[in-house]
Amino acid sequence: MMLLPLAGAVFNMAFGKKLKRPLAGVIASLFVAASFVLAVITWLGLLSKASNQRVFNYTLFNWISAGNLHLNFGAYVDPLSVTMVLFVTGISALIHFYSIGYMGHDERFSTFFIYLNLFVFAMLVLVLSGNFVFTFLGWEGVGATSYWLIAFWFERPTAAAAGKKAFIVNRIGDFGYLMAVFLLFNYLGTLSYSQVFSGVGNLSHGTVVAIALLFFVGAIGKSAQLPLFVWLVDAMEGPTPVSALIHAATMVTAGVYLMARIAPILHLTAGVGTIVAYVGAITAFVAAMAATSQTDIKKVLAYSTVSQLGYMFLGIGTGQYIAAIFLMVTHAFYKALLFLGAGSVIHGMHDEQNIKRMGALRKFMPVTAVTFIVAWLSIAGFPPFSGFFSKGDVLAGAYEKSVILWVIGAVSAILTAYYMGREVYLVFFGKQRFDPAVKVHESPKVMTVPLYILAILSAFGGALDLPISHLRFLEDWLTPVFAHSLAPSTISSATRFVLGATDGVLAAIGIAIASSLWIKSASRPAAEPAFLAAGWGIDRFYDRAISRSSTRLSQFFSTVIEVKVVDGATMSVASLVGLVGKYVRKVQSGYIRNYALYISVGALLILGYFLTRVGA
Amino acid sequence: MTVPGSWYLILSALLFSLGALGFFTRRNVLIMFMSLELMLNAVNLTFVTFSRMLGDIGGQTMVFFVLVVAAAEVVVGLGIIMAIFRRRSSATADDLSIFRG
Amino acid sequence: MIDLLATQIALPDLITFLIAGCAVVLGALGVVFMRNPVHSALSMIMTLFAIAILFIEQDAQFLAAVQVIVYAGAIVVLFLFVIMLLGVDKKEYLGKDRLRGQRPLAFLAVLIIFVEILTLSRGNWATGAKATVLSTTSPITNVEQIARTIFTTYLLPFEATSVLLIIAVVGAVVLVRRSEERTVGEGQAIELEAESEMK
Repeated sequence: MMLLPLAGAVFNMAFGKKLKRPLAGVIASLFVAASFVLAVITWLGLLSKASNQRVFNYTLFNWISAGNLHLNFGAYVDPLSVTMVLFVTGISALIHFYSIGYMGHDERFSTFFIYLNLFVFAMLVLVLSGNFVFTFLGWEGVGATSYWLIAFWFERPTAAAAGKKAFIVNRIGDFGYLMAVFLLFNYLGTLSYSQVFSGVGNLSHGTVVAIALLFFVGAIGKSAQLPLFVWLVDAMEGPTPVSALIHAATMVTAGVYLMARIAPILHLTAGVGTIVAYVGAITAFVAAMAATSQTDIKKVLAYSTVSQLGYMFLGIGTGQYIAAIFLMVTHAFYKALLFLGAGSVIHGMHDEQNIKRMGALRKFMPVTAVTFIVAWLSIAGFPPFSGFFSKGDVLAGAYEKSVILWVIGAVSAILTAYYMGREVYLVFFGKQRFDPAVKVHESPKVMTVPLYILAILSAFGGALDLPISHLRFLEDWLTPVFAHSLAPSTISSATRFVLGATDGVLAAIGIAIASSLWIKSASRPAAEPAFLAAGWGIDRFYDRAISRSSTRLSQFFSTVIEVKVVDGATMSVASLVGLVGKYVRKVQSGYIRNYALYISVGALLILGYFLTRVGA
Repeated sequence: MTVPGSWYLILSALLFSLGALGFFTRRNVLIMFMSLELMLNAVNLTFVTFSRMLGDIGGQTMVFFVLVVAAAEVVVGLGIIMAIFRRRSSATADDLSIFRG
Repeated sequence: MIDLLATQIALPDLITFLIAGCAVVLGALGVVFMRNPVHSALSMIMTLFAIAILFIEQDAQFLAAVQVIVYAGAIVVLFLFVIMLLGVDKKEYLGKDRLRGQRPLAFLAVLIIFVEILTLSRGNWATGAKATVLSTTSPITNVEQIARTIFTTYLLPFEATSVLLIIAVVGAVVLVRRSEERTVGEGQAIELEAESEMK
């Protein structure tokens, strides 16, 4: 299953250049689609088992065996990983097909699909691994391929810089992840999930907190949470299907997946959970605020992703793992749809990305408009679209934990509805603000069909986990995985209903504000402070605080340490060797008889040694 | 009663030492080569002496092989000397010390 | 000591050994200390002849013959040919050595060699049963004894030496041959020259 995308990548590496344009893409897409089919088969297989026997550990081969370290390359199949695999492969397959249309004119068409395949492969390794090391392998693989994909149009300096930024920021997270893994191995001597989770209870509290926090640092980096979210916004420089793939289906959810995976560890440390919840909530709010002032169609979505990921972490932090996964799945549906819709708009508008220069596009691209609106209502949490249910679950969990968290979440929900509404109105409604000479066209079938599919999923994805006792499919499915780690639900169904109703109302409020502000006019500077447009100035802060000081430090090193200490040491070692050589080189007289003499002296010494030893 | 074997051994030790001395001190490649042959002959003499002392023909057979190898060595060695001399017209090994440090 | 010798050693054997031994040493000294290469080569003939005599004295008639034919007859003649051909029969300066310390060190090393070889020959280093190839006391002649060992026990080394001789002949031809293209030996010589010129 996970090897199929790799096979696709290898196949395209070998033959991609020679194949006709669409064929390479079609083959790559088919490999991923086949992977999806296999995932479905696995899922059905698990479904037929009793709920407590749905864990399999396939071992393909033993990778490393050194000392206490035994690493198997294989698949760890349980309901959680299967859920991940299902939507990762499913959405990736749709995005692959969509890319055939979107990247149709690109010169490095087959290369693009190689990267996409590798990306999906890395993600599957991450998700299906049975130990922390292979998860890390996939984690890094995703990081590396995302770098290639974001910087795919590397002729643009901004794209190259964005790729670099993504890579570097991710490194910070990787550092946390690695440290956590080291700690785990140091204290437990094993890295396989099952053994770690059975042994983690014996560790001291401080160690567990450290491990959990370090894993959270890793997740922050990968899932673009508060201090480290800058890379995700810049990642918009990549081709739009890449944005969809990274944001919706795969990469950023890796952090959420990791946190869900280590639920048994988090469960032991309530304090860390609270930190995670607050970081998530604040990220949700901050990113939502930033999203209200963006003018780039994709940057709005980027901040929106960050915000939604904040919700997921809020769910994780409050112990509502299932709600977080639920939101992740529905988010995958509607965010993929939003990005693909945005890509369709960009494609149709001939690479125009500024929403201020759009408007009234619903007349030109009806399919894109309708599907986009479905996604919008879904992300806004408007009942009965999928976002309503998933976000509702998360917010209910937050309410149980603390009212403050709920308030932050609720405000962010209004903001979500508002900024998405702003985008929809600016793009699809209002007056036509672009040059009439531009021939706007609807996208080809290969792009619109995935839109249809995703729109259906976004609209009805909520049915996965309806808040009615017998229809909580996802919860029943995932409960065995989290078992003890889940926070018990204490609120009454009446409260739950009120909360749900509130969510709906909040969404309506947000949409109402957006429509009153943006349906007529495209220019309201008061609602778009530059400060927010610049993403709270976090980038500039990093530039000031870290980049410049480190530049200065580097200068110090290059002018003082490098010259005096490093060069000095090197030079003195060199001159010492030279000095020794000056005398020793006389041995190399070049005279054969001289050499012969030395040889015989050596031989004589050895012989003499044996004679005195034995002969005596 | 013939001369005891130890006398022959002393003689061959002397011959070997002289050959070594010649190899270490002379600069003419040809003479160094001859010194080498002297050393080989010293060894041959030892072989024959031991062959007699131990009553075994194996020592003499070994000398036969040494002779063959020595002949081959001389042929190739002189060939090399010829090739070098043709370029440098010098018979002194010290002139070939261009590989010195 | 002298009377001890006189009683135990037959006089002809003793005289033969003494004369031949003196010739060996004198010849060797001649090789090492003659300034003219031609004289050295001639001294070597003396040594080789004396060694052949010692071979006969020790019942190694076949080797004595081979010694005279191969060494004195072929190898030394080859040496003389090369000396004449290259015209290097000039006297070599045997005064102070250019290499500082080479000569004293050489004398010291040679002294140690001498002492160590003597020590070696005195001791009985070999242990275990003696492996006799073919006893010298068997009734067949010396030549036949050597022939038997060569063509039975040492057949494989013998074949190997024939290959070695072929290789040596081919090698000598390749090295010495003068041709339009550069041969291996000449190529190396040119490189050597170029390198020395660079300095």
